[in-house]
Amino acid sequence: MKTRTPFKTAVLTVTWGWMIIFVLLPNLLVFSSSFLQRDELEFVRLPVTLENYTRLLDPLYGGVMLHSLWMAAVTTVVCLLLGYPFAFAVSRFPARLKPLLIFLVIVPFWTNSLVRTYAMKLLLSTNGIVNDLLITIGLIDEPLRMLYTEGAVIAGLVYILLPFMILPLYAVFEQLRRDLLEASYDLGAGRWETFVRVVLPLTLPGVIAGCLLVMLPAMGMFFTADVLGGAKNLLVGNIIKNQFLDARDWPFGAAASLMLTIVMALLLLAYYRSVKLIRRRGNDVALA
Amino acid sequence: MENNNKLLQLRGVSKSFGGKQVLAPTDLEIRHGEFITLLGPSGCGKTTLLRLIGGFEQPDSGSILLDGIDIAGLPPNERPVNTVFQSYALVPHMNVFDNVAYGLRAERRPREEIAARVREALAVVQLQELAARRPDQLSGGQQQRVAIARAVVKRPRLLLLDEPLSALDYKLRKQMQYELKRIQRELGITFLFVTHDQEEALSMSDRVVVMREGSIEQTGTPRDVYENPRSLFVARFVGEINVFDVEVAEVRDSDHISVRMAGRVVGLQVRGRRYDRGTRLHMLLRPEDLRLLPPDADRGIPGQVIERNYKGMTLDSVVRLDTGQEVRASEFFDEDDPDFDYRRGEPVRVSWVPGWEKLLPHED
Repeated sequence: MKTRTPFKTAVLTVTWGWMIIFVLLPNLLVFSSSFLQRDELEFVRLPVTLENYTRLLDPLYGGVMLHSLWMAAVTTVVCLLLGYPFAFAVSRFPARLKPLLIFLVIVPFWTNSLVRTYAMKLLLSTNGIVNDLLITIGLIDEPLRMLYTEGAVIAGLVYILLPFMILPLYAVFEQLRRDLLEASYDLGAGRWETFVRVVLPLTLPGVIAGCLLVMLPAMGMFFTADVLGGAKNLLVGNIIKNQFLDARDWPFGAAASLMLTIVMALLLLAYYRSVKLIRRRGNDVALA
Repeated sequence: MENNNKLLQLRGVSKSFGGKQVLAPTDLEIRHGEFITLLGPSGCGKTTLLRLIGGFEQPDSGSILLDGIDIAGLPPNERPVNTVFQSYALVPHMNVFDNVAYGLRAERRPREEIAARVREALAVVQLQELAARRPDQLSGGQQQRVAIARAVVKRPRLLLLDEPLSALDYKLRKQMQYELKRIQRELGITFLFVTHDQEEALSMSDRVVVMREGSIEQTGTPRDVYENPRSLFVARFVGEINVFDVEVAEVRDSDHISVRMAGRVVGLQVRGRRYDRGTRLHMLLRPEDLRLLPPDADRGIPGQVIERNYKGMTLDSVVRLDTGQEVRASEFFDEDDPDFDYRRGEPVRVSWVPGWEKLLPHED
């Protein structure tokens, strides 16, 4: 381990350089500007103040935070309900079809998510395809108002984030040993009991990983709320973006951004705690 | 009476996967309390047969009767049959106790009964001390015991064992063979054991079922299968064998014929079996049936010793006959016999104990 090769040095230098320039420095800038004051010309100016954080205590922002958490939670649950059976089904397909199905899950990544969100808008708008279809088959007489609702934002978030739920779940289902299921049936357990006592504990790491990968970005995806949610359905990400780009209040935007980071950090902490708890219960499956 | 003795009856059970028949219509009967082994090379259908009885596969045709009731349509969790899997299939996030208790909890047994029966089952496999360990903290042999305890704690009518010893090293495998026999005797459960190891099959079973390419080749006691193989396949698969091509030269009377072998004419006793003159036959001789005689002996087929292996109890030789055929001989070591120790390259004559040869119709 002590040997230093030029290659190793180069790799370490690039990695550390990258982390310092593109991760550490920007975060330090955000951190320090959150304690400064707004300036028309220079964006930030001294003196140091806690005013930005006291402004965050305003119930208005707390409400947005709670609303964001709620939207993210609903998105995560919907993704889980769709992704879990899907990942299970894919893992049961013949080996030659699996790569194709997983490829289909990944294909949307090739198109920018903002573009896909606008496509979603076309689908959901008052004279969009969904309404046209429903009217044509006679289910409704008047177009439904789907755009600019909470439901539209959640649909958009689910659409963009579903692959992040499916992929870790697929990984754990692929590792799920079929002989364990057979042993469970052999010992007299039915399908439901086998699911609860064998399948669920063994796929839980994938469930948790998938939920984190969906929940954390869901709170920050401001453009989805912008495009599909209109003015009312704000997420924390919208507030931050508005402060930086529209209100030009960098210090307050930085403070809001830090608050979001802290909430996410707490969620991650909860995740590692739960993993430890599962480990202690004896789950030795590799964590995705 | 005869009928009461049967625990399991397979009638015309067959199975194909993707158009390829892995099990031809098969009949098999398993008696109460016996240790029966399915023996055959990989791909002979023995594991498929086991999985059909366990309920993991559905037969394409035929019926599987357990105590006279057809269980072919029942799912595995509704059959009074349990399996010891080749991979053990222990649940990794449960400790030994919970693994063994799994099947009893599925039956919704009272807590006290579960605890008592699990302790009892762990005592049978001598693992009481390790109840709190997780499977990954156990050795292969210990995992094997947990898998057995987990299956027998359910008190199955029939225990299916799918090559359970194949992952263990030689010494441990020997030990587990004795353990399995002891467990079977103690619990009185009928065992259906699958293996490709003929030595294992012979030493453990009450009856051996030799399988080949999806059908049963021969069923019988280990001795029966070893001494009276019904085909060349069985003879070759169960132990080592020397096969001579012979032709009936003369039929003297109903008990005596003579055959032409290796350019010589040899008289044989056939105990009433009829043969026609000119019929080609296989004559089978186990290595331990052969005797090596000095080159000046008045009987035996001349040849040359090309290999000598001292095995402790026996001395194994490979002899190349003058016809070019190589035969294996295995003789019990006898220090007092001056003629016994032939060196490599020495000429000898190969003879056998009269009456120990086995004749089979010629298979082309």
